[in-house]
Amino acid sequence: MTPKKWAYEDMIEGAALELGSKTVTAEEIIEFASEFDPQPMHLDEAAGRASLLGGLAASGWHTCAMYMKLMCDNFLLQSTSQGAPGIDYVKWKKPVLAGDTLTASTTVLSKRISSKRPTLGFVRCRAQMVNQRGEQVFELENTGMFLTRATPAETGA
Amino acid sequence: MTLDEYLGIGETITLGAHTFTPDEIVAFAKKFDPQPFHLSEETAKGSVFGALCASGWQTAANWMKYNLKTGFSLNVGQWDGEGPEPQFGPALGIQNLKWLKPVYAGETVTYTRRATGHRPLASRPGWRVVNIWGEGHDSGGAKVLEFESSVLVNAPGA
Repeated sequence: MTPKKWAYEDMIEGAALELGSKTVTAEEIIEFASEFDPQPMHLDEAAGRASLLGGLAASGWHTCAMYMKLMCDNFLLQSTSQGAPGIDYVKWKKPVLAGDTLTASTTVLSKRISSKRPTLGFVRCRAQMVNQRGEQVFELENTGMFLTRATPAETGA
Repeated sequence: MTLDEYLGIGETITLGAHTFTPDEIVAFAKKFDPQPFHLSEETAKGSVFGALCASGWQTAANWMKYNLKTGFSLNVGQWDGEGPEPQFGPALGIQNLKWLKPVYAGETVTYTRRATGHRPLASRPGWRVVNIWGEGHDSGGAKVLEFESSVLVNAPGA
């Protein structure tokens, strides 16, 4: 088994990880909203313009999912992640509109080793996404679980 | 009717039940959350969860699906309070979201919501922020999801 690039020891308090960028298309906004959040401002450009959001806007749940994909592709899948029990908060700070390009990053706030399992650590992070104008549209804080480098490979994810 | 009555403050409302098929778990994971335990039965076997289970974001997004099917208020069209009928707007965010148990392929989750209160939004006269608790329970009655959300409602008469 190839060692993962990121283990618990590699998460440094205060360090920021760049998680890449993604341009949001009208088609994917409508596709997600049709299944999970079929409100007019997520389905139709004119209805979006008439709403507080000011244009065809991604569902907040879609924005969370887009963040997750960037996180997976640029960090999590190359890590010893053991999943996350939840999210402290998500703030949808500005609308995410069709054509916007989102750039994601996350910063390690704190970390600690589990008192029950010395090969498992908890890492608390604050993530954000900014749009092409540099405006912060999304903020999230949560704690993820990561194995240490000392963990035998066969128990890894 | 008061705004509390319109919003159903304090009432727990059952929104509906969703069965998570393997195909939809895998389709969502490929698009948004390609971790081994969400991608295939095969890759899930060697993982921390041991079998194919839904992305937590898929479990949460389906809460929204059933919330909308029910409607933000059970009293739409029946407003007889001050001013125009309240209109729901976007949400500001969520807090304290917990994925308490994995939702494995084939599991059925029953979703509920409970509006707990509301307050004025200082920056936008007429708008208020409603706090809504969302939950999901599996077929064995165990809670698999809970969170609190802050949703805007335009209620100039309230």
